[in-house]
Amino acid sequence: MRLPVLLFIVMLSFTTVKVNAQVTPITYAQLQKRINNPDTLYIVNFWATWCGPCVKELPDFDKLQRTYKNKPLKVVLVSMDFQSKLKTAVIPFVKKHPMLASVYFASRKSDQELIDEVDKDWSGALPATLVINTKKHIRKFYEKDFTYTELNTIYQTNKIIKQP
Amino acid sequence: MKKFLFLMLTAVSAVAFKTADGGYKAGDMAADFKLKNVTGKMVSLADYSTAKGFIVVFTCNHCPVAQAYEKRIMALDAKYAAKGYPVIAISPNDPVAEPVDSYANMQKRAAERKYTFPYLIDETQNITRAFGAQATPTAYILQKTDKGLVVQYAGAIDNDQEQANPARTKYVENAVDDLLANKKPAVSGSKAFGCRIVWKNS
Repeated sequence: MRLPVLLFIVMLSFTTVKVNAQVTPITYAQLQKRINNPDTLYIVNFWATWCGPCVKELPDFDKLQRTYKNKPLKVVLVSMDFQSKLKTAVIPFVKKHPMLASVYFASRKSDQELIDEVDKDWSGALPATLVINTKKHIRKFYEKDFTYTELNTIYQTNKIIKQP
Repeated sequence: MKKFLFLMLTAVSAVAFKTADGGYKAGDMAADFKLKNVTGKMVSLADYSTAKGFIVVFTCNHCPVAQAYEKRIMALDAKYAAKGYPVIAISPNDPVAEPVDSYANMQKRAAERKYTFPYLIDETQNITRAFGAQATPTAYILQKTDKGLVVQYAGAIDNDQEQANPARTKYVENAVDDLLANKKPAVSGSKAFGCRIVWKNS
């Protein structure tokens, strides 16, 4: 009688999703290397803890990563908070809202330099999102916020199907 | 067929680029406007008969990036108003969606911080659309000419939000200095990082 319960708990502990409370500083050159696996679709969102529409849509980005955690999809969240706010704002935010998506902190010489590197059409307003896959030559840039349905559509239209 | 498709795609993307990137760029002519100041008075650029031009800054109360630049905006007016380039600040946001940017709160902030320049509310958001500002803060330098107001710079105030880099580029100061020296600004545009404009019904 007790065994099934115990087994259930053990199984549960194995299936519990490992969440990230880490925030790694990253330059754009380093980011590019992390988003170039040809068999993965990357959805890279640029956000900040002070950005209202960003904070509102973050749960949907994380939901997308959770929904497709066994698919070749990686949701990457790059914080563009003030350089001095990594420890005082970004890390506490991520601890309070643990996410499965990878969270990075944009390490940059200037905002202008990073903005131009990410996309020449980016005006500089947040939030902004980049959809990337090197093999399918996908590189789409969006300067808007998303609903979960819209994110799911982006995933479905761009998803990478592994060849058997 | 393939070539035709490519041409079509190019045409479509060119149009998309234009909409996304609309608004004033260096070389464009800017239209004057009439907006309500925090004092209750209406202000237009034509009121400034002796000005050589203007530093128009789209800024607001609520945005931390705009707040970080507030003292720099005040310093621009202190430095350049007497030289003929006063600051005109415009709050572009919808106060219904962002109550911190209400007219009453704008009045409060302007009084508390002792703004020396007008702080105007763009209630219809039409002026913000005409300029093409996407984020706060965004600066435009307009030069008065015989033909009208010529846009000489559009973009960020400088490239160093937190003033941590001594080698920062002060885009707006450099451009105004160039204009005062009867030169074309060496840098006429940059990306303005900040809080997206809060549009009505969005």
